[in-house]
Amino acid sequence: MTGSYILLESLLKEEVETIFGYPGGQIIPVFDALYDYKDKLNHILVRHEQGATHAAQGYARVSGKPGVVLLTSGPGATNAITGIADAMMDSTPMVVIAGQVPTEALGSDAFQETDLVGITQPITKWSYQIRSAEDIAWAVARAFYIATTGRPGPVVLDFTKNAQNENLEEFTYQKCQFIRSYIPNIDIDNSKINEAVNIINNSKRPLAIIGQGVILANAEEEVLDFLEKGNIPAATTLMGLSAIPTDHPLNKGMVGMHGNVGPNMMTNQCDVLIAIGMRFSDRVTGNLKTYAKQAKVIHFDIDPCEIGKNVKPTVGVLGDVKKTIKEVYEKMNNNVHYEWINSFATYENREQDKVVKKEINPIDGRLHMGEVVRKVSEASNKCAVLVTDVGQNQIMATRYFQFSRSRSVITSGGLGTMGFGLPAAIGAKIGAPERTVCCFCGDGGFQMTLQELGTILQSKIGVKIIVLNNNKLGMVRQWQELFFNERYSFTDMINPDFTLIAKAYGIGTAEVNTSEELDSAIKDMFKDDKPYLLVANVEKKGLVFPMTPGGTDVTNILLEKKQ
Amino acid sequence: MKEKILYTVTIFSENQVGLLNQITIAFNRRQLNIETLSVSPSALEGVHKFTITTWTDKDTIEMVINQIDKRVDILKAYYNTDDELVFQEIALYKIATESLLKAGTLETLIRKYDIRVLEITETCVVLEKTGLYDETQQLFHELNDSIGVLQFIRSGRVAITRSRLERLSDMLADIEEKYKNLM
Ligand SMILES: Cc1ncc(C[n+]2csc(CCOP(=O)(O)OP(=O)(O)O)c2C)c(N)n1
Repeated sequence: MTGSYILLESLLKEEVETIFGYPGGQIIPVFDALYDYKDKLNHILVRHEQGATHAAQGYARVSGKPGVVLLTSGPGATNAITGIADAMMDSTPMVVIAGQVPTEALGSDAFQETDLVGITQPITKWSYQIRSAEDIAWAVARAFYIATTGRPGPVVLDFTKNAQNENLEEFTYQKCQFIRSYIPNIDIDNSKINEAVNIINNSKRPLAIIGQGVILANAEEEVLDFLEKGNIPAATTLMGLSAIPTDHPLNKGMVGMHGNVGPNMMTNQCDVLIAIGMRFSDRVTGNLKTYAKQAKVIHFDIDPCEIGKNVKPTVGVLGDVKKTIKEVYEKMNNNVHYEWINSFATYENREQDKVVKKEINPIDGRLHMGEVVRKVSEASNKCAVLVTDVGQNQIMATRYFQFSRSRSVITSGGLGTMGFGLPAAIGAKIGAPERTVCCFCGDGGFQMTLQELGTILQSKIGVKIIVLNNNKLGMVRQWQELFFNERYSFTDMINPDFTLIAKAYGIGTAEVNTSEELDSAIKDMFKDDKPYLLVANVEKKGLVFPMTPGGTDVTNILLEKKQ
Repeated sequence: MKEKILYTVTIFSENQVGLLNQITIAFNRRQLNIETLSVSPSALEGVHKFTITTWTDKDTIEMVINQIDKRVDILKAYYNTDDELVFQEIALYKIATESLLKAGTLETLIRKYDIRVLEITETCVVLEKTGLYDETQQLFHELNDSIGVLQFIRSGRVAITRSRLERLSDMLADIEEKYKNLM
């Protein structure tokens, strides 16, 4: 059996069903083998390797299974860098297999040779060069183990062409369950659990912040039990959205730069801040010097690097949050905090009056992003998967979409990658074919990976794409308006007719300018499970509020433009 | 500014290609200069040991160590301050034979600095001194000022901890044991 077949057999052993890929000279033997696996492995031919990585991310985030990417060397591999870096930042399990020049040509600047292992070391959990067929099964097993355990992340296998062609008599595969230098699940320290329980029991004004770690650990139920037993109000980070249902009474919204006023203000009023599977990103904390200084901080995380990195916790509880939160839940007292929870209302009302109402029920006759998002969300019965691009569209989508189940938000949080949305949506739909997938993009970001409409056409991917078209690089324009004296340097966009592009790809489409048009287009969009491109021409000068300007105090929240 | 002191970082790794790169990435990202570096096979077969010194503060070194320790192929990383270590560096000095003989101070120098003479040829002499940085540096100055040094090289620090630290082999045995229990 050649190395190429060994690779595919190994992928089957890891229960891989779908591969996102693009062929080329140094991976041709694997694609040749793939020809014989058409009925076992669903290969999605993308239009650009960046698209393959984001699609794999979308697939992984919605399904919990690792995304698999197959590419050629050189430009194929370098095109994948953005997605690999994105997956690293957002802890997404992904295995990227790239072709490489033959071992004897390594280092000679051979055609389409790049030092992929060198390039990707800082942005992967592990990258490894396979130089002989004997290595393949071992490396694939390790790759999947590393990508999916502990804090998940991307892994790169740099697969030399000679190894792809080399023959081995026998194929044996053993799943990896142990690497002596890699201990993904640290034993729980019971004394830390007890300290945490003690502080939580005595807390009068607790606030929990839930990050993506809860989703990655499949710990949604444990966390909800914990919140309910302690009667603890909670907020999520952008990445933690949908870990608890939007309309749960203890869900106080989202923290961070464009999060909700309540939880951001309460961060600096609570007496105990309980961080679960989150990493105190600067987009969450703002100025660290004034962040939650009054509070005892309890930080639950699986990654030892995150505990104390940005915020020094009173207690750091290392371990899988599915286990640690359960332990805490079992040991803690029932509690009530009605008064404290009710005190969020003032902030909630203020945000409703100053921001939300205007955004979802605008009275100026123009379409607003929030309105479009909320209407699409309602039309999909709050159970769709939301995929976003980056910019104002991302914030509006995550603020106004509503969720009833976990794994419903796929957005580029840590890297903030424009162009993420469309390919990620493709992956999400393949990872959850039974779910409706709604992808919100700005006109800028949409044009960064627009070619993936070809993938939608070819592979018949029924995603609903909503372009929130303001003919601007809106988020940058917002900063220019607020912080750069309205000097609009290169943020205007002259756009093509997006509906014509949709038509060229055989995708149903509509363009809307008013609420009425929007309503009927949404109906049209959801009439079947086919792909659809809805172009909503929204207010050009829209601003996203609330906003905490970067690096300032978490409580320094702007609700409108200062006159 | 947080106070910067010299930390000695010890890293045990699997013997794999590209490990030094992974380690230096962690230093680079926190803008740390590597002061000295020494790498060699450790007492355990297949395990490499890195000894690195760097000037920084406690918070930063802790984060760098965590990042390094987290890498898949790293077995263990930790840091120490000088008071917790016995450590040495080795320095070699090449001097023109003629100048050395002319100066006539070799015997005094040997006694004063505990020097070893590694090689004497017609043209040059190679001296070796093992010691702390200040000591090898002082000898360099003395030789260079009085005789002239043709070539000078100093190794990275090698260090051994004073405390009865948990040994790597015990740690590995523990890990393997736990794994067996899991199965
Ligand atoms: C690849 C990439 N390039 C640049 C940026 C910087 N950036 C962040 S938001 C933004 C504007 C996005 O404009 P658009 O896609 O039209 O969305 P809008 O903000 O208008 O909703 C830019 C340029 C980025 N995040 N990613």
